[in-house]
Amino acid sequence: MIKDEEVGILLNDLLNKYGYDFTEYSQASLKRRINRLFALDGFPSFAELRYRVLKDEAYLRRFVEEVTVNVTEMFRDPSFYRILRTEVLPVLATYPFIRIWHAGCSTGEEVYSMAILLQEANLLQRSLLYATDLNPDVLERAKQGIFPLSQMKQYSENYIAAGGTKEFSSYYSSRYERAKFSKELSERMIFSTHNLVSDRSFNEFQLIMCRNVMIYFDKELQERVLHLFDQSLEPLGFLALGSKETLRFATIAKRYTQLYKEKIWRKAA
Amino acid sequence: MAQSSIRNNYQLLVIGGSAGSLEVLINVLPHLRNDLALAIVVVMHRKPGESFLTDIIASKTSWPVKEAEEKEAIQQGHIYIAPADYHLLLEKDRTFSLDFSEKIHFSRPAIDATFETASEAYGGAVIGVLLSGANADGASGLGLVKKAGGLTIVQDPSEAAVPYMPEQAIQQVTVDYIATTTMIIDIINRIGQ
Repeated sequence: MIKDEEVGILLNDLLNKYGYDFTEYSQASLKRRINRLFALDGFPSFAELRYRVLKDEAYLRRFVEEVTVNVTEMFRDPSFYRILRTEVLPVLATYPFIRIWHAGCSTGEEVYSMAILLQEANLLQRSLLYATDLNPDVLERAKQGIFPLSQMKQYSENYIAAGGTKEFSSYYSSRYERAKFSKELSERMIFSTHNLVSDRSFNEFQLIMCRNVMIYFDKELQERVLHLFDQSLEPLGFLALGSKETLRFATIAKRYTQLYKEKIWRKAA
Repeated sequence: MAQSSIRNNYQLLVIGGSAGSLEVLINVLPHLRNDLALAIVVVMHRKPGESFLTDIIASKTSWPVKEAEEKEAIQQGHIYIAPADYHLLLEKDRTFSLDFSEKIHFSRPAIDATFETASEAYGGAVIGVLLSGANADGASGLGLVKKAGGLTIVQDPSEAAVPYMPEQAIQQVTVDYIATTTMIIDIINRIGQ
């Protein structure tokens, strides 16, 4: 097991050598994931893990991918997607051009979910979906739009529970245990690295999705990231978070109104 | 199973369970002394979206019961329920963190993740209780509770509706007590007396 001091040393290395700043991440989760990787890759000592992270860029990428949580789903929390479909998209439909930011999109399952909603509302052709993550490798996977076929039964159930009425399998072709989502969906997506800890606002959006990313941040970092989102949202824009995340304690909260019981807030005019 | 292992400086009780454990839990909680200086954390395996657990437990005890929230400060005299589909972690500053990592032993929340981080945050001040269930979750976490100097209690497999989970823990960890429901209540109530 890695000790707290060793976690601190590693986080300093990552910041000094590579500019990845995990110092304001929730420690319990971060430490658990470093320990998991340590056991998984069979390191005999902390010194050897540290050496590998510092000297081997390919391993660094694995390290970053493994310590940041990249577990995601399509149409995750179907009732959330139902409200997006019935309440948010009709508002977005009144704009000539729709810009959506998926911050911390990981392997992209939720970006494809959104593209499907937009297509079903006939809005996809005038939308742009900006999908960002700090990790270039997961973005590369997101760009491919290939997910395990074994997940499709669950995703199809989620899709139907979210108000979907089409045949879910019409959105992908399956081959070798993998499902590849149609090119039409990804044509309106732009993938780019963006680090919520250190990078700035890069556009103005009508909807920002950032689900289950901020649960890994400490309170101060959460607060800063929410300000970044606030700066990046147009008046009357929507901010959507994960099902256990909240604006309740944030300073920006007074300018936002929550939609129903879902974790979607609308910015004041 | 040394009786002397019960001390009076415990601050946190973590109860984990899976198949067949809800009944035990709702038998234990109503009989706990009201003045116990403990925070109680409950980690139950269940399907995502099953949210009635908090209400069921609240109806059985006079302690305040709530689902644990992200970054919430842990207070004694409260019962916190791990939300469905998230791991519940404890931070050193005694707040909760939620985590959507991979399932552990096909489970999220995983009992192991909570036991592990509870022993990191509270050291030997943890009482870990593991109830009935059909998989091996909880055993390695209970080992960490024990290693940190905490008190470990496992439901007697002969009484458990599904004995596999307690059996796994007993095989992997030299637990302090293998106890029936009645004994579990008794052991916890003796704390601080």
